[in-house]
Amino acid sequence: MGRRDEMLDLLAELPDEGVDRRDFVKVCMMAAAALGLPAATGVKWAEAAEAGLKPSVIWLHFQECTGCTESLLRTSHPGLGTLILDMISLDYHETLFAAAGHQIEAALHDAVARGGYICVVEGAIPTKDDGIYCQIAGRTAMDILQEVGGNAAAVIAIGSCASWGGVPSAEPNPTGAVGAQEILPDTPVINLPGCPSNPYNFLGVVLQFATMGTLPALDDEGRPLFAYGRTIHEHCPRRAHFDAGRFVREFGDEGHDLGYCLFAMGCKGPETYANCSTLHFNEVPDAWPIGIGAPCFGCTTKGVGFTKPLFQEAALPPNYVPPIHAESQRGPITPGWAGVVGLATGAAVGGALMATKKLGEGGTED
Amino acid sequence: MSMDRRTLLKGLAVAGAGAVAPVEASEQYAEAPADAVGMLYDATRCIGCQACVTACKTANNLPGNRYNPPRDLDGYTKNLIRLYEGEGDYSYMKSQCMHCVDPGCANACMIGAYKKREYGIVTWDPDRCIGCRYCQVACPYNIPKFQWDTGVPLMVKCELCNHIIHDPDTGTLREGALPGCCQACPKEAVIFGKYTDLIEDAKQRVADRPEKYWGPDGEPKIFGLTDGGGTQVLYLADMNFENLGLPTLGDEGTAKQARDIQHGIYRGFIAPVALYGVLGAVMWRNSRAQKKEEG
Amino acid sequence: MAHSHAQPVGGPLNKKFVTFMVIFLGLWGAVLLYRFIFGIGVVSGLTDYYPWGVWIAFDVVTGTALACGGYAVAILCYIMNKGKYHPLVRPALLTSALGYSMAGLAIVIDVGRWWGVWRIPLGGFPDMGKYNWDSALLEVALCVMAYVGVLWIELGPAFLEKWESTSKNSALVGFAKTGLKFYDKALIWIIALGVLLPTMHQSSLGTLMLLGGQKLHGLWYTPWIPLLYLISCVGMGYAIVVWESSLSSSLFKRDREDTMLISLSGTMVVVISLYLALRFGDLIISGKMPLMFNSGWLSIVFWAEIGLFAVPLFILANKQRRSHFPNMLRASILLMLAGSVYRFNTYITAYQPAPGQTYFPSFLEIFITFGVIALEVSMYYFIVKRYPILGGATADASAE
Repeated sequence: MGRRDEMLDLLAELPDEGVDRRDFVKVCMMAAAALGLPAATGVKWAEAAEAGLKPSVIWLHFQECTGCTESLLRTSHPGLGTLILDMISLDYHETLFAAAGHQIEAALHDAVARGGYICVVEGAIPTKDDGIYCQIAGRTAMDILQEVGGNAAAVIAIGSCASWGGVPSAEPNPTGAVGAQEILPDTPVINLPGCPSNPYNFLGVVLQFATMGTLPALDDEGRPLFAYGRTIHEHCPRRAHFDAGRFVREFGDEGHDLGYCLFAMGCKGPETYANCSTLHFNEVPDAWPIGIGAPCFGCTTKGVGFTKPLFQEAALPPNYVPPIHAESQRGPITPGWAGVVGLATGAAVGGALMATKKLGEGGTED
Repeated sequence: MSMDRRTLLKGLAVAGAGAVAPVEASEQYAEAPADAVGMLYDATRCIGCQACVTACKTANNLPGNRYNPPRDLDGYTKNLIRLYEGEGDYSYMKSQCMHCVDPGCANACMIGAYKKREYGIVTWDPDRCIGCRYCQVACPYNIPKFQWDTGVPLMVKCELCNHIIHDPDTGTLREGALPGCCQACPKEAVIFGKYTDLIEDAKQRVADRPEKYWGPDGEPKIFGLTDGGGTQVLYLADMNFENLGLPTLGDEGTAKQARDIQHGIYRGFIAPVALYGVLGAVMWRNSRAQKKEEG
Repeated sequence: MAHSHAQPVGGPLNKKFVTFMVIFLGLWGAVLLYRFIFGIGVVSGLTDYYPWGVWIAFDVVTGTALACGGYAVAILCYIMNKGKYHPLVRPALLTSALGYSMAGLAIVIDVGRWWGVWRIPLGGFPDMGKYNWDSALLEVALCVMAYVGVLWIELGPAFLEKWESTSKNSALVGFAKTGLKFYDKALIWIIALGVLLPTMHQSSLGTLMLLGGQKLHGLWYTPWIPLLYLISCVGMGYAIVVWESSLSSSLFKRDREDTMLISLSGTMVVVISLYLALRFGDLIISGKMPLMFNSGWLSIVFWAEIGLFAVPLFILANKQRRSHFPNMLRASILLMLAGSVYRFNTYITAYQPAPGQTYFPSFLEIFITFGVIALEVSMYYFIVKRYPILGGATADASAE
């Protein structure tokens, strides 16, 4: 309840006559800049929004903490209000809607019937025991997602929970929690993992779709390359310390004060694909884990976040900096093949030596 | 008896002709050319960022980058950073062609594909190379690499970005042009310059901070001043160069030794021609004796 | 010059042999096509650290040494004037000519940019400065190319004799007659070349590996390598003549020249002794004796190699032992093996470019080598059947 009021308060703060055009364009350009896109893209967004092209968005919540929605609140380029009033048509959102009960279910039904919507999934989907561990209006999460996601123009999984299972899927995964892609095997899902996902990554994807009708290039796990193409380690401001061997050994030590690398404290930066190191949170510079001195725990990456112990040293990628002496280019000599060749050579020589007896017969001898 | 005086004279004439063949001078390989350029790599300054690896790929139009570096130089990698990790110490190491003063590869290459050209840079001529790979045997640093995976292979090694720094029309170096690696290095761990200037720079560094650099008997060593006859790429490090994969060579290159032996035997082509004359004379004499026997 | 009593073996070609060779060489051709389209990596175990493997160490270096039968017999017959060996000359020349030609083929297969090979004999022309006269490989290449030509020229009389006696084409007969007359006059100078050239390049084949410097282990690296290669190649040449003779006599049902071959063994004893004396002398004088024992597995390899030379020396040193022909054959095999192992060791086993690097030939690499040998054997068979190469049933033991 309290959260909803907060939302409503925020919305109330928006000027009645709406935002003036210049400011709106400025906001869009700032949003573009925040995502590293050229200013012209921002202008395009504004134009598209003005033209009334507001894609329909159905936002589903399953096994989640609502952190990803919360993180969206902490944006201002565009702010959530601008987003949901001027740029998209948010047709279903359990947290933000004033409606409840049958009314909201009707809204969902109508939006699904209209089609052409973006389905955003927040939270993991339990699959054990036919998925009874998350039910809304008497339907399991699996069911809802299969219907809503199956009919969507695009499916975005926001947050690690929706992307691959996240916290609910941590061992022993009592509910059989999985990500959206597993429930929708035939539908390409754009995954935006993170705990929470950086809201600007979400905005970038949605706005690209809204204004240009296209989706960004994805890697083989369905994650946009612009956000998840590199590891934290490859973009970390503390990298020079890593390379020079300057590590924090204990929280609060001198190195910690000086901002040394947190690799020795179990930072999973080398194994974690995300852009937190360049796109910080809450629009405050350095407001991200490593920036405030906490080692990254790999929240975006399946098999790292919520899986590997916090203080266990990350595995550096195998080809990171090769050692002085390279391994044999063709691998070690296979004893089997060497044996075959050796035996064959030995047999040939032996055979020849034995043949000398027969060959030596005849002819004139002294 | 037509095979007598005429044949003998013929034999001697052939022997004499060989004596005027040109004599090779080993002296031309004793020192780097006066305008030689090179690089100085100071391993103590290198942070292993591998920007030079990507820069080299870009400058030479090669596939790949530093994000997934190969484990070794190869047919598509002319420059590489590697890491030595010992007990409590470590150092990065840059590997590329050493542009030797007396290069083994240039000695080996029978058709002059690898040759020490202007400014002492050792470059490869694709129009001449037949891909025999003798250069790979001859290089003490195992630098030239071959493209094993194609029917149209190249021999690949660092050429000091000759195509960037050297203007083929004027024959001089382009003002301000640098090899890719030197351009990219954020710490100036590897720098480009006139060979004599680099030597002085290295000597100055060693004089200013002798405790920072390693040497075999306490005295800091600049690798490449005399090693294997000298190299135009110099190295400084804070540990034994052998740890970093550099061989311990004497002051004389193997090129010189092999050349001396080969020229010792074949100088002026005298020995082969003389031997030919002797062989012919012996056989002619034998045949004369046999013909006499047969009557 | 004594005219040869050689005759073509004659008779039909063995069907089974021909069928097998056609199939085998057909497969081989396909593998070669694969190699030329896709590169060397897919058909071999060669690497940047071991750029020279079986194709060089065996087909070229060992193969040409084994093809030094012509060279070895020519020295005996024409330089040392032991005319009694004359019937051995032509078959040895054929083996040599084929062996060297196949080495040339192996080189074209081995080099990566083979389309430029024409530059080696012609590339210096007219600007001789383009050659690198410092390179031992240049000398080997030019010498081997010249020698292949000389060998086939030396075999010319065999072809000319056949054409003169059996050709229906009068122009060809005329040509053959003129050709044979030319040979009568010029043969000395051709043979002299045929003795000079192998002396040069067989020794230089050893010099080649000196450029490996420290990468070649101390027990094999020596400035005396050219002489060691030369001496061992002469020994291998005699050994292959013994074998080639025996096999041909047996296969084609001709008399074997036992007396001649056994007396060759005396020469082999001298050659092996020289080799071992020089090898050990050099190692001891240059203070490398400890290496013979403290080089780990390479010490074992060294002593095995020496053993392979020592055993035939032991067999042949005793006049009674070597008169028993099978002993000759065994000693010859071991000597050929010894020389081959010495070359393999110089080029591969004792060559260690960097820690952790190894080389072993792949299946296709060995298959291609066998194909080269098969081609050589096939050509030997066809030529010997059709042209007067092998000595007749009456062995020419009278001349001395």
